Amino acid sequence: MEYTCILCPRGCHLTAEKVMEEGKKTIKVSGNFCPRGIRYATEEMTMPMRTVTTSLYVEGGDMKMVSMKTAAPVPKERIPQVLEAAAKAQAKAPLKVGDAILKNVAETGTDLIATRNVAAARG
Amino acid sequence: MIRTLNTVIVGGGPAGLSAAVAAFDAGERSLLIVERDVHLGGILQQCIHNGFGLQWFKEELTGPEYAQRFIDQAEERQIESVTGTMVLEIRQDPQNAPYDKTVFCLSPSEGVLELRCRSVILSMGCRERVRGNLKTPGTRPVGIYSAGLAQRLVNLEGVMPGKKVVILGSGDIGLIMARRMTWEGAEVKMVCEIMPYSAGLARNIQQCLIDLNIPLHLSTTIVNIHGRDRLEGVTIARVDEKRNPIPGTEQYVECDTLLLSVGLLPENELSRALGVEMDPVTGGPRVDENRQTSIPGVYACGNVLHVHDIVDFVSKESTIAGKSAAAYNLQSQSGAEQVTLKAAGAVRYTVPQMASLEEPFSIFCRVAYPVSSGKFLVKAGDQVILEKKFIKAVPSEMEEIPVRKAELEKILSTGAGELTLETCLD
Ligand code: SF4
Repeated sequence: MEYTCILCPRGCHLTAEKVMEEGKKTIKVSGNFCPRGIRYATEEMTMPMRTVTTSLYVEGGDMKMVSMKTAAPVPKERIPQVLEAAAKAQAKAPLKVGDAILKNVAETGTDLIATRNVAAARG
Repeated sequence: MIRTLNTVIVGGGPAGLSAAVAAFDAGERSLLIVERDVHLGGILQQCIHNGFGLQWFKEELTGPEYAQRFIDQAEERQIESVTGTMVLEIRQDPQNAPYDKTVFCLSPSEGVLELRCRSVILSMGCRERVRGNLKTPGTRPVGIYSAGLAQRLVNLEGVMPGKKVVILGSGDIGLIMARRMTWEGAEVKMVCEIMPYSAGLARNIQQCLIDLNIPLHLSTTIVNIHGRDRLEGVTIARVDEKRNPIPGTEQYVECDTLLLSVGLLPENELSRALGVEMDPVTGGPRVDENRQTSIPGVYACGNVLHVHDIVDFVSKESTIAGKSAAAYNLQSQSGAEQVTLKAAGAVRYTVPQMASLEEPFSIFCRVAYPVSSGKFLVKAGDQVILEKKFIKAVPSEMEEIPVRKAELEKILSTGAGELTLETCLD
């Protein structure tokens, strides 16, 4: 299988294949400039993971929306459920980068966290 | 109100913030950042996707997080900033030497501010090319947005521009918006790119298009726009090598929204009015390796200088500008004789465009079209000073070519007044 590594802007073109090594099934990756590419291609073959980023209305803030992300990558196939849960979440200012807005979002084991500071509205 | 300071930084986005922090760390305490938006952080505030910071912070951050780190750094250092404040004009005023530059701004709370300073850092960023700059025929209905404006609407205002979307141009913002609009429930029908290759990063093609089954049509453009009040559809067509539409390949695509992601332009009205020399290729000022423009004490960094694909490079470049401005204020940079740098072969431009050769530095460049397996050559006349191999170089990615101490000496010994950076293919 061929993949484009998305873990950094370099975007290495990766080739991954399942091989038998010393009687064990493993995945052999080539084309990666750094070791992270091996992890990426292996995950793409087994369970592709993505970080989800979105934004949400925030109550009582000095701005309308707070941006959010999943604190860790989630399985790609779970993205629709994550987005659905994220859209229904509620956020209230003040918020700081890293504050959890939704714990264990869509049962992924990962929190949805704020990615910016939102101060409380003045007055 | 008149204020006298050492350095004024025009723009509080990633470039201005990085420059301010670097100037402070180099010992400068008399600094002011002027930002026209109500918050610091610039365009990164709306770039809510991740992929920033791997080089600079060694971890993957979203745009707002990257900006917040620099905002925090500026706050820790108690670097002063004014927001909601528009710079109207930057002028040279030799009679006020050494505070011989004046930055005029308009602040909603304080009226006209006249900031007299020794040095100015230009970090105004860039803006998007819009339809007026394109030659797309057809009607002018509602529903046509630049990708960046759509990004602002969705991410900062919570407004969806439409439901059925076509994107023209495969720049990174367009790709990111293809995913963003899909995630918000829109149907993104396709991305059309007039060139035979994508203008965006490979990772964005993967995670924003392929992941979501959005087709990318290369060598394809929009030849007509339909709809009287609201956009109803576009006609796309394939183009030949000269980018002319091929008759008979037209195809109607129904959509209510067209996003344009057709490039960015450095925002240099203030620089031009100030009179700094410009580079017609980058659209930004010409600078030396300290990021000093043709006017001593005026520096430029970030997207105002040339459009960057990665914000980490902006921070790197702005750190140079900030340090240099601090040194200028102390008169500790001699600004010795300079060589000019010329781009040749597949190299479209270099930054810097000139150099004083006092310290080792890096030449950043971009190629005009994709090339594979060859090397970059830095030459003084016929003499090759240094070479750097590449497997592939593409217009969407900036290349860095370091010039080390030994090579500096080599250049100086040739006595050349001009260096060329060119490509040599294997
Ligand atoms: S393999 Fe390493 S260098 Fe290549 S794209 Fe992935 S993370 Fe970047």
